[in-house]
Amino acid sequence: MDFNDSPSEAAFRAEARAWLAAHAPAHVLPEGVRLPDTEQAERERVWQRTVYDGGYAGIVLPTALGGRGGSIIDAVIWAEEEARYNLPHGPFTTIGIGMAIPVIGKHGNGEQRARFIEATLKGDLTWCQLFSEPSAGSDLANLRTKAVRADDGSGDWIINGQKVWSSWAHLTDWGILVARTDGSVPKHKGLTFFVVDMKTPGIEVRPIRQISGASDFNETFFTDVRIPDANRIGAVGEGWACCMTVLMGERLGTASHGSRIGELMDYAQATPDGRGGTALDQGHVRLALAEAYAEERAERWFQARLRTMVSRGENPGAMAGMVKLAYARRLQKTSGLAMELRGPAAIAAAAADAATRDLQHDYIWSTVMRIAGGADEVLRNQIAERVLGMPGDIRADKDVPFDQLR
Amino acid sequence: MNFDLSDEQKMLAEQARGLLGERTPYDHLRRLIDDGAEWDEALWRELAEMGFLGAAIGEAHGGLGLTALDLGVISEELGRANAAVPFFSSIVLAAEAISLAGSDEQKARWLPGLASGVVIGCFAASEGPGPLVGAAVQCIGGRISGTKFPVADAGIAHIAVVASGDALAIVELNQPGVTRTRLDSFDQLRAHYRIDFADAVADVMPGHGKVATLLDRAAVQAAFEAVGGSEACLAMGLTYVKDRPMFGRPLASYQAIKHKLADVAVGIELAKSNAYFGGWAVDESADDLPIAAAAARLSAITAFEMAARENLQVHGGIGYTFDANCHFYYRRERMLAVNIGNRAHWADRLIAHVPDSNIAQSAQGETV
Ligand SMILES: Cc1cc2nc3c(=O)[nH]c(=O)nc-3n(C[C@H](O)[C@H](O)[C@H](O)COP(=O)(O)OP(=O)(O)OC[C@H]3O[C@@H](n4cnc5c(N)ncnc54)[C@H](O)[C@@H]3O)c2cc1C
Repeated sequence: MDFNDSPSEAAFRAEARAWLAAHAPAHVLPEGVRLPDTEQAERERVWQRTVYDGGYAGIVLPTALGGRGGSIIDAVIWAEEEARYNLPHGPFTTIGIGMAIPVIGKHGNGEQRARFIEATLKGDLTWCQLFSEPSAGSDLANLRTKAVRADDGSGDWIINGQKVWSSWAHLTDWGILVARTDGSVPKHKGLTFFVVDMKTPGIEVRPIRQISGASDFNETFFTDVRIPDANRIGAVGEGWACCMTVLMGERLGTASHGSRIGELMDYAQATPDGRGGTALDQGHVRLALAEAYAEERAERWFQARLRTMVSRGENPGAMAGMVKLAYARRLQKTSGLAMELRGPAAIAAAAADAATRDLQHDYIWSTVMRIAGGADEVLRNQIAERVLGMPGDIRADKDVPFDQLR
Repeated sequence: MNFDLSDEQKMLAEQARGLLGERTPYDHLRRLIDDGAEWDEALWRELAEMGFLGAAIGEAHGGLGLTALDLGVISEELGRANAAVPFFSSIVLAAEAISLAGSDEQKARWLPGLASGVVIGCFAASEGPGPLVGAAVQCIGGRISGTKFPVADAGIAHIAVVASGDALAIVELNQPGVTRTRLDSFDQLRAHYRIDFADAVADVMPGHGKVATLLDRAAVQAAFEAVGGSEACLAMGLTYVKDRPMFGRPLASYQAIKHKLADVAVGIELAKSNAYFGGWAVDESADDLPIAAAAARLSAITAFEMAARENLQVHGGIGYTFDANCHFYYRRERMLAVNIGNRAHWADRLIAHVPDSNIAQSAQGETV
């Protein structure tokens, strides 16, 4: 067991650190400021391009695909060094890098890899994920959006249906899409995976108003949208395997998020408790903060264990969901505690009171991680079944052709 | 970076698990309790023969000079087996205290015997309800008077390492000024005592102020022990729910049970991760040992509590019987949750050392 860098890791870290010191400061975002989406997107693209030009994009991807050909530990080192700066990272680059590239890399053909991967690493292409539908969230394979061959002999596909919760679909260039191509077989077997240009005629993106007040995600309607067969990823009917590649990457890539517990401790110490002491003098506050801090560390070391497995070629499988399950709940708990610490003043924020608004936003936002990318209950099922070997849930629709369901 | 046990450590774990699995079947534990035994003396001898007792004691003093992580691997297996041996008292606390704070002469005198298991040590800190380390029993002019309780394994121990505030002393227990009274221990496999000192001879250790570090190190070992116990609970619960039919299908097929055990599994992985880091931090003398130790301790208490409680729960009524085996862990868990400081104690220690807040090392100082 060794947390220290090996000589080659130390050399890579030093190199990355020096490069970042020279290039990162010009891109750093002001602390605590939320930019308008279009500006955020632009800054992400510019930073991604800078990283690419520096030779640090796609650390573990082969050089032939525009990556660096490094190890998974190098990728961790890069992420650690990058995290020293408040850089414009976010949805506009992460969906492409964390979801589109892995699925195209694994299931796509040579032409598709050449066309999409490097452009995404350069920040020239941004992506959204068109998976969920009104009746297909946790039960993703229940999706109804249809893809049928055009009857003009072109081999093109015609898409009809509706997706929902498509984050950033209103601002991104391309989407990864899963649709049903065969309703006569059980639900997992009739799916096919595509990439789609979001400017294709027939795609309508309608923003959804969220509980946070923002509209980051959308309903996306497909009416006779034509996709060339060259944009099909993998074989017809193999869409489910592609989805699994995406979701596995999503879960392994989900890093434990710090939740500024150190700051919260300072805040508790600066807050009078009305009994002559501070909030931090109260036992339940101390305990809650210490336990959250301990757990945050545990999540970090657990991820280090998973990465060690991956670096040896082992597949952590459903264990990858454990961190998300733990930290999503921790985040919700501590952001709730943060509001309690502030007391009634947490209810309303004056114009200049960015700190209170932050607390409120964190509390609203903390609901997301327990749902998106696999809800708590679904992750627990997977851990129980695949890690602990417990029996699968009863699935009434198993082996029933999709057409005959309900 | 490589965050996993080495192949040697995995072999050590297998070896310990093999021996303990054979020697500590549940019926054997039940017999020890029925016989009112204070310990499993035969197992102790075998652990000594295998070199486990001297694992982390320096080679100069008859040990193997292995690391805290190696010791953690052994602690984990002792926890899994509910072993009725004074390992924590004699090795993790007494021997470690002498290694950390003793004079060369004290080390030469006691460590070889502790490493071979011929000498047994115990650790006397508590003076009843109140702080973890009492300060009323003090060693003045080489003599000691007053009462320490509860003290684990004092009945079979030859020496007690007595902690008082920041000071540590060695007291031989077979002397006129020492009276030992057995208490009714919550963990029926670990005997606890009250020790009355009446002007007994005590040998003060020169290393002052090492008590907090000693407890940090012990907290890491206690965390490993709890991880072993938690894993045993999960395994026992899983076996039971997979076998037990309920309303026409296995109990394990119900989500309420699956989700409960999935949560237990997550808690264990988190606790294990903090325990590993704690072991590494001890071996590297890392600056953040106090935080690593407190985090390991807090996560371990949480994980073992959940594992032991839910294990009994999924067993239903049979779980409450002496013939079922849940109670061994249910009791051991509470003992481990309080024996070297409760959650509040370790929360204080963690908060006093958090580097990314302003609080670090201010008012609290060393909280023992
Ligand atoms: C902020 C945000 C962004 C998102 N972005 C995207 C995106 O970009 N692209 C995309 O495709 N999707 C996106 N999603 C959708 C997300 O993947 C789904 O919301 C998620 O998979 C849950 O599906 P659902 O909302 O349909 O809930 P449902 O599946 O209807 O679940 C409702 C409740 O039932 C529980 N449940 C479901 N099945 C079971 C079961 N078998 N046993 C027990 N309980 C069960 C769930 O845990 C949940 O508590 C996003 C969601 C959010 C919140």
